[in-house]
Amino acid sequence: MKIAIVVFPGSNCDRDISWAIKNISGKKPDYLWHKEKNFTNYDLIILPGGFSYGDYLRCGAIGSHSPIMNEIKKRSQKGTKIIGICNGFQILTESKMLPGSLLKNENLKFICKKIFLKVKNNNTFFSKKYKLNEIINIPIAHMEGRYYCSKETLKELESNGQIIFQYCNDNGSIKNNYNPNGSIMNIAGIINLKGNVLGMMPHPERCSEEILGGENGIKFFRSIFESIN
Amino acid sequence: MKVKIEVMLRDAILDPQGNTIKKSLASLGFKNVKSVRQGKLIEIDLNSSSSTKEKKNIEKMCEDVLTNSLTEKYKIKFLK
Repeated sequence: MKIAIVVFPGSNCDRDISWAIKNISGKKPDYLWHKEKNFTNYDLIILPGGFSYGDYLRCGAIGSHSPIMNEIKKRSQKGTKIIGICNGFQILTESKMLPGSLLKNENLKFICKKIFLKVKNNNTFFSKKYKLNEIINIPIAHMEGRYYCSKETLKELESNGQIIFQYCNDNGSIKNNYNPNGSIMNIAGIINLKGNVLGMMPHPERCSEEILGGENGIKFFRSIFESIN
Repeated sequence: MKVKIEVMLRDAILDPQGNTIKKSLASLGFKNVKSVRQGKLIEIDLNSSSSTKEKKNIEKMCEDVLTNSLTEKYKIKFLK
């Protein structure tokens, strides 16, 4: 199992996710600087959270043009699994590896709190250890997390089962009241059509150890480890 | 030659910043404001003086990097 974490200037969750992976799997991932163009094969490449390039221009926009991204796009087409969390999700939409875009939160606030998510599709590499419709408590920390896409894209996401996580309340009700940032249809995480690229705003690496206040993220990592082993 | 690029959120997209500015203006007594949209302005200084030659180049910059065509629209203005 070979995992790499891409480090952009301004990434700040790279070490957190490395810690979580090492803690759960016993294996330490590699770090890849965003200027890398030639690197060994990996089963999984993670674009971590943070503020690549200070969120200048648009969140993830400049990072999406980093030298490493061309190679990551090529490898994703060959089936390498890619995860973008928070700023990583923004980079994946800006690079068109995932449809849609992430806009400023509707309430214009940086939201840093634990929310509830519903697992809407557990038939993926990234969510197979969860039960369908399982409700998980997980932290979010972002200013630009309002998922937006066209009506046509939304229809495709729905009909193809590409919506993996939706914001909900502790009973699993998916209503606008439980939508922290104004995302269309409470969307918190999606995959590409091929099923090997996932983007999500919540942070599973921040709830994968009891000392951090929860372990709901462990199944996320175990799903992936099982998929690539 | 300088180029100014005005970037705005597309009309269909909620602009909470614009809405907040509108409310603020109303609270200050500017009651006749119908709506406010906030965008951004990018100014580029080119090593060129031909707007006809550079138009395509600037459009490519806008499409590739400077704007997100899903959520934003832009206008290019060449300054003499």
